[in-house]
Amino acid sequence: MSAKVRIPTPLMKLTDNKNEVSAEGDNIAAILNNLESQFPGIKERICEENGTPRRFINIYLNEEDIRFLEAENTAVKDGDEISIIPAIAGGVA
Amino acid sequence: MNVSIPEEVQTPTCPLITDEGVLKKIGNTPLLKMQHVGRNYPDVEIYAKAEWRNAGGSVKSRPALQMILDGEISGQLTKDKTILDSTSGNTGIAYALIGKLKGYKVKLVMAANVCKERKGLMADFYGAEIVQSSPFEGSDGAIRLAKKIYNENPDQYFMPDQYNNDSNWKAHYNTTACEIWEQTNGRITHFAAGIGTGGTIMGNTRRLREFNKNILCYALEPAEELHGIEGLKHMDSSIVPGIYKEDELDGKISVATEDAYAMVETLEQEEGILVGQSSAGAMVGALELASRIKKGVIVTIFPDSCDRCYVNFGKYKEYAETHGHKIPKADT
Repeated sequence: MSAKVRIPTPLMKLTDNKNEVSAEGDNIAAILNNLESQFPGIKERICEENGTPRRFINIYLNEEDIRFLEAENTAVKDGDEISIIPAIAGGVA
Repeated sequence: MNVSIPEEVQTPTCPLITDEGVLKKIGNTPLLKMQHVGRNYPDVEIYAKAEWRNAGGSVKSRPALQMILDGEISGQLTKDKTILDSTSGNTGIAYALIGKLKGYKVKLVMAANVCKERKGLMADFYGAEIVQSSPFEGSDGAIRLAKKIYNENPDQYFMPDQYNNDSNWKAHYNTTACEIWEQTNGRITHFAAGIGTGGTIMGNTRRLREFNKNILCYALEPAEELHGIEGLKHMDSSIVPGIYKEDELDGKISVATEDAYAMVETLEQEEGILVGQSSAGAMVGALELASRIKKGVIVTIFPDSCDRCYVNFGKYKEYAETHGHKIPKADT
């Protein structure tokens, strides 16, 4: 399965400055592992050591937060769109 | 564990900034002495400014008011203009409050993933118009969109541009630093504050060093470019604000997001203080500084309380389970 993954600006330095990349995998966990093989270092920015997304990172599958689906076990179909978005936006102090 | 009531040290004088009643409650915030979290450093005193006690609920009320007052004095802000700026929340809340009291329309540009509590306060309570920028681009996307909106109709807007407005840091130069100096009876040896626009760290650093040139000043920044400490900027991967001059500082201290989140709970449990994640991050940085210096008087800034972020009492999971979960949409 090939999905489109939308990358937040702070991680684009790891994806050759691309804001959208393709990744292979049957579920979110596999997609994240595939991303790591393509762009070394990206998974640790997104996930805890046990593979679950960090608290402040939201991963959406076709606009649904995967926490409300089956988390990293959520199945991914060909052509799905995955978005990685920090839960907040850095800014002002 | 015994939880003590935080010691509040009021300044003897209250700076009166303007005649509007509520706006007088900006500035003159309490300084809280930490009683327990610094227990490993018995020769270091650690204090934090309780900036949520400002009208508007955060440290950003100080620069927002200063920028608006200076805009009025310079003639750039007139009653027919709308106040427009980019924000990640707290400055926007302050603009919205001050605009409402002074009779200005306010338009705020922020990333769509700014938390709902903040957007709700600005729009529903204070009546500001909110324009959402791409959630993928964070605060830099909001900066770019605000400039675009301004450039399309410059005559309609007063754009304080908090990242490049000297009134921002001067608010702290004129008020915060003087309060800290008086509240510590001139005993402060180290100052540390998070960097967002850089206004807090630059204004305090400059004034404190006029009081005592030996005070060492450190900026606190997120350890990673993709982080979860709302309000703070990772400078190496962001548009660097024009008012931020890193070479004037004594150094930077990195704060990991997870450590800041854990500190939200620690401060609640050990100090009886409910703070937001940027305040908790400031305490993580202050403790790191304490571990390095072993002896001294550290003052940091707690930008806001816990009522406007989603990491309250460590109950993030509960929050997530009871709040909406659609991807946040940008307006443009």
